Amino acid sequence: MPERTDAAGLPATRIVTILRYAGVTLLAALALVPLGLGDYARSIVAEVLLFCIFAMSLDLLLGFTGLISFGHAAFFGIGAYTVAVLGAQFGLHPLLGALVALVVAAFAAAVIGFFCIRASGVYFIMLTLAFAQLLHSVAFKWRAVTGGSDGLILRSLESGVTTYYVIFVAFLGVYFGLRRLIAAPLGQVFIGIRENETRMRAAGYATARYKLLSFVIAGCLGALSGALFALLNGFVSPAVLFWTLSGEGLIMLILGGMGTLVGPIVGAAVFIGLKHTVSTYSDHWEFVVGAIFIACVLFFKQGIYGWCREILVRGPRS
Amino acid sequence: MQLVAFQVVNGLVYGMLLFLLAAGLSLIFGLMRVLNLAHGSFYMLGAFIGLALVQATGNYWLAFFVAPLLVALLGAVFEILFLRPLYRREHGGHLDQMLLTVGFIFVFVDVVRSIWGGDVLGIPTPEALSGAVSIFGVFLPKYRLFIIVLGLALAATLWFFIEYSRLGAMLRAGVDDADMAEGLGINVSRMFTLTFALGVGLAALAGVSSGPMLGVHTGMDLEILIVTLIVVVVGGMGSLKGALIASILIGEADTFGKAYFPEATMFLTYLIMVGVLLFRPTGLFGIRQDA
Repeated sequence: MPERTDAAGLPATRIVTILRYAGVTLLAALALVPLGLGDYARSIVAEVLLFCIFAMSLDLLLGFTGLISFGHAAFFGIGAYTVAVLGAQFGLHPLLGALVALVVAAFAAAVIGFFCIRASGVYFIMLTLAFAQLLHSVAFKWRAVTGGSDGLILRSLESGVTTYYVIFVAFLGVYFGLRRLIAAPLGQVFIGIRENETRMRAAGYATARYKLLSFVIAGCLGALSGALFALLNGFVSPAVLFWTLSGEGLIMLILGGMGTLVGPIVGAAVFIGLKHTVSTYSDHWEFVVGAIFIACVLFFKQGIYGWCREILVRGPRS
Repeated sequence: MQLVAFQVVNGLVYGMLLFLLAAGLSLIFGLMRVLNLAHGSFYMLGAFIGLALVQATGNYWLAFFVAPLLVALLGAVFEILFLRPLYRREHGGHLDQMLLTVGFIFVFVDVVRSIWGGDVLGIPTPEALSGAVSIFGVFLPKYRLFIIVLGLALAATLWFFIEYSRLGAMLRAGVDDADMAEGLGINVSRMFTLTFALGVGLAALAGVSSGPMLGVHTGMDLEILIVTLIVVVVGGMGSLKGALIASILIGEADTFGKAYFPEATMFLTYLIMVGVLLFRPTGLFGIRQDA
């Protein structure tokens, strides 16, 4: 099914064919990764996949519903800490912990979202950031449960390959699930709110409720990515709740192209790839992040995926 | 008695610093509709540049006046080079501007860390203001009293400037309707640059004056940004009075929270914010909901 949300209104069929072939090839390759790659490379691919989930969940908010969150790390952290704390305190299996994490995140997103959505626009950005920092300081201070700055170590799954497939399956589920969601009437309501909330309200939609729903779904999926991160990493520290992660989520979207589902995937892959390359050679990773941010906003607004599509469409015609 | 009075004064001092930041943030947003998320970074730059000047010259007062000016100049350049190209974009490019300022949080943190390192440094208290004075039998540090006086004086100056000066009138016209102001011959884009420079200059002044009390370190940018945002949420965007009252309220709440509930430091602050959001989503003195 073509993505109906294509803001540029490109002639969809041919691009869809090309992208579909590319996509199927990529998925086949991803399914075979554990057979061909060593432990380190496989864990990098797994990390990319889980950050794809993180970026897609943020895109549901920002790119599709038009809610600019600068605190998405809150949910990533809730996911990671739920798995780690339940594992450390009650010996709960990490996969069960991940399921509990979704419930906890849904509840947290409902509460945080309730307050953030009450105040619209620019207040939303400020409040999401504020609540995320609150959770960060809770993770720091509540040593008895979270281990404070020492963090928590958790039991890993039977093998690295199992972990990889768990993450891969979650990735598939989230990607195809969100695709369905966006094509469904609910997704179209989200897009309508992004485009013109006043008109949606006039059309009889209780937009605040839909925004909250979008926030809760995005929060759950963000927590899923965090829980998978805990599984993969075997260690959770307050860094998973830090504002930089929220910023990195935003940059994945801008880099890849927001308002599409493929964009965040491309963005997350390029970003994580860059992160591992740059931090091997230099201590100035943060500077690079900032520079990419600035360059993308100033000169490269459509993102990599948007740019590729423009090329694909324009190519044969000119 | 001594302890409570001391906490009240500390809260007021913190409130004054917050006011300098919140007023600038609110002013910039009011006129330019830009949420400057790098506001805390300019505060940090003010503190570090002040520190460098103190170390180079040994003169606190030089740093006190020059650091904010340098940062204001930097802010003007920043506005012209980076924000200005975005105004012509769709919806005034507000989202892009916000994202751009997020990029600069990363850049400034990295620059500051590579020059000064990650340790907590301090600016020594100037000699004339070291020591304490006794007021009604309570000993209070002179430097903190100075910050309170400075904050109140600046609040009055700002209010007078905005309400009664010609430039202030032009600023208010721009806030109300930038297009109309432009049509009446006001150079709005120059107003934007001036306002941005003034706003981040105030943040830098807060930074350099916080140095002798709170220390100077790389995490101070986001630390203060969060509290400033809470102040703006509580006071209402675009209101100077709201910024002042909310700053004092949050400053006291934060200080008392730290003193009496050290495990849940920010608890009181967030409680106030949540309460305001429940009953007045636009803030205590907020006028804008369209933000």
